Amino acid sequence: MDPLLPWERAELALAVLAICPAGVKGLWLRARAGPARDRVTAALSGLPLPLRRLHPGVDDTALYGGVDLAGTLASGHMVRATGILDRQAALVLTMAERAPAGLAARLARALDDPGFCLIALDEGTGDEALPSALTDRLGLFLDLEALGWSDTADIALDPARLAAARAAVVATPPGAVAQLTRVAMALGIASLRAPLLALTCARALAAWNGRAVVAEDDLQRAAELVLAHRGDLPEQAEEPDQEPPPPPDQDPGETEAEQPEAIDRIPDDILLEAVRAALPADLLAKLRAGRAARSARGAGSGAVTKGNRRGRPLPSRPGKPGSGLRIDLVTTLRAAAPWQGVRGRKAQGLAIRASDLRIKRFAETSDRLLIFAVDASGSSAMARLAETKGAVELLLAQAYSRRDHVALVSFRGTGAELMLPPTRSLVQTKRRLAGLPGGGGTPLAAGLKLAFEVAAQARARGMTPTVALLTDGRGNIALDGTPDRAQAEADAQRLARLLCATPALVIDTGNRPQPSLRVLAGLLDAPYLPLPRADAQRLSSVLAAALGD
Amino acid sequence: MRQPFPFTAIVGQAAMKQAMVLTAIDPGIGGVLVFGDRGTGKSTAVRALAALLPEIEVVEGCPVNSARPQDVPDWAGAMTGAMVRRPTPVVDLPLGVTEDRVVGALDIERALTRGEKAFEPGLLARANRGYLYIDEVNLLEDHIVDLLLDVAQSGENVVEREGLSIRHPARFVLVGSGNPEEGELRPQLLDRFGLSVEVTSPRDIETRVEVMTRRDGYETDFDGFMAVWRVQDTALREAILTARAALKELKTPGVVLHDCAALCIALGSDGLRGELTLLRAARAQAAFEGAGAVTRAHLKSVAAAALSHRLRRDPLDEAGSGARVARTVAEVLP
Repeated sequence: MDPLLPWERAELALAVLAICPAGVKGLWLRARAGPARDRVTAALSGLPLPLRRLHPGVDDTALYGGVDLAGTLASGHMVRATGILDRQAALVLTMAERAPAGLAARLARALDDPGFCLIALDEGTGDEALPSALTDRLGLFLDLEALGWSDTADIALDPARLAAARAAVVATPPGAVAQLTRVAMALGIASLRAPLLALTCARALAAWNGRAVVAEDDLQRAAELVLAHRGDLPEQAEEPDQEPPPPPDQDPGETEAEQPEAIDRIPDDILLEAVRAALPADLLAKLRAGRAARSARGAGSGAVTKGNRRGRPLPSRPGKPGSGLRIDLVTTLRAAAPWQGVRGRKAQGLAIRASDLRIKRFAETSDRLLIFAVDASGSSAMARLAETKGAVELLLAQAYSRRDHVALVSFRGTGAELMLPPTRSLVQTKRRLAGLPGGGGTPLAAGLKLAFEVAAQARARGMTPTVALLTDGRGNIALDGTPDRAQAEADAQRLARLLCATPALVIDTGNRPQPSLRVLAGLLDAPYLPLPRADAQRLSSVLAAALGD
Repeated sequence: MRQPFPFTAIVGQAAMKQAMVLTAIDPGIGGVLVFGDRGTGKSTAVRALAALLPEIEVVEGCPVNSARPQDVPDWAGAMTGAMVRRPTPVVDLPLGVTEDRVVGALDIERALTRGEKAFEPGLLARANRGYLYIDEVNLLEDHIVDLLLDVAQSGENVVEREGLSIRHPARFVLVGSGNPEEGELRPQLLDRFGLSVEVTSPRDIETRVEVMTRRDGYETDFDGFMAVWRVQDTALREAILTARAALKELKTPGVVLHDCAALCIALGSDGLRGELTLLRAARAQAAFEGAGAVTRAHLKSVAAAALSHRLRRDPLDEAGSGARVARTVAEVLP
């Protein structure tokens, strides 16, 4: 049987969804807003459940219902609002990639109960992704990114055929369960939900095709629809590497004549085990302390953000209390007091309108994020990538004990890559670090740029980023990916000036400390530390000098 | 609502099931932490446990599930004093929950419409004498975690806010689950869980097929499936009740106490909570097996669950502390 064409796949998935929405639990639809997606969402009207739309910021009152405060105040008796999850429904979650973990957990709970299905409209690009609590539970997956308008057509599902399929009773042949389980295991899918969802899907397909028993074809199609996208990619999702950049040999007067041939000798990717490196025990602590002492902008542990749940109180402001927002009762009463005469106050109680409500605000300090920008170029790999990994592990251990988030950016070849988006999981960071290959040129500027972007994103999410740059400093690939040593250095310095608002730390992993890296550190307004060969004592003193304590 | 998937029908995951049964026998053990991959039956087990647990007697209408009329807190208002039987409460604490919802707060609706100062009890009140289940406990915000720690330790919820001064008992068994790949749990909270187990997906086809077959049977032939497993669930419930009664009569020989201490010293676990939990868990296990006294075998069977999360963690050690406990048990208790 041939694999499905993309649009056939979409049509079949929607048929399955319309036959047993609560059985396959829903659809993960990865597509930008556009006519192709509209054609899919239009077909959702064929579902036997009422459609309810949600957005990622939906609060608990909207989900579960509760007291309608404005309505209650206006009418003088209690008005209850019904919640979205009060009745069985097909939930349509827009901008699903932005759904916070809390919402994902609530929706996952709802999906575990019978009678709900979720259509997650995922418009994510790059590192944004649907929370895994949902991807694990949603049966079907469609990716419309590659489809143009001409590849699509209106999806017309015959209501009579759907009704017949819903009513049909389909038997499962004895071997089918084992077969799906084996396929799932062969694909490396650990979750047991996946084969179960595939089984439900196979039954729906058999019913759709008017069969009384699940056939081989149904199982195969079900595996395509439900299992294919869950297949575990190997941890190291290596794209086929481009040919190594030509040896950066722009300046014949360079003293490091051995470097180009070193790049020639080593294989394209080499994996190195982390080895113990010598770093002072409390590097991060000192960095933080040094920051605070050195500049006025570093305020203690994390930056101050305005929240509405905890921290130091701020003045209240008008607003509607809801989930996460707490009413400030005293201020609310004070706001209502002057109007009592005008509002014709009755014998008892106050006349309070929705406009009087004030909510509390607090200032709190945000979480910290440590971004490791690791140079995995050929020169570094030859020299000391193993020791660099050791150094990162030491810093990681410190970050772990401080409950910091960490992110890992590596740069080599012609560009930089975000190996690990911000996380608190030490297990993952260690795994990615161990699997970090070395080889290629040194795109220092690209590494700085990516680290800068990650820092900016983190700041937007309310974290306080710090960048730790570990490199041997011989940047030889410019920002546009061309091997040009002079341009590379200019690019790196230009970026360093941009980055200087973010606290940073530059660790020189070269065999000989690089003057250019010291200049870069100066531009970054960051402490500069040459990583000595197993000389913790000296590094400690250098560090103390660098941080001025 | 439809009855959840039966506890006894869960395939494999013996460590998780054992830990949950032990807390049902002796709630004093202090909670279970279940860490593992997605889709390994963590949430299923907790929801199944709720249906498995024996009913409790509560004062009708009491917001904190009091066992005796004189225990009803005075802020709860007048009760009829009648006793009713209720299923053991299992309360879900969702991620992103607000502090107000957890501890309770001023009842805004009554305050604004009727001008009364009344307390609206939170999730901690509802969980009293039962279970508090936190899915994805490792993603819970730190300030909520701190609050839970405080209450879990004192067994009492104290609310001092918005002009209210209220306290009520909040004794519950914490059950947490999560996926360590998505973030780790603070050591302080880790230590408060009595038992911790790690679950993994079964690796062999037969077990996985059995899981699928049973689940599919539950989904498609609910009545037939429940008819088979309800009997088993009832038998387990009886066994738990028998063990609860036997716990009081159970003897603990001095040599077992000695073993406990020796094991904890060899593992270098912090504090004395390790020994105490180990002993309680071993006693519950002995009672469950119907033994007259605790033996070394009982100790061994609960050692990993009771101690593995209390070791000084080497953050870069990948093997996991379960292996370390097993090794030490083999050395210290031959």
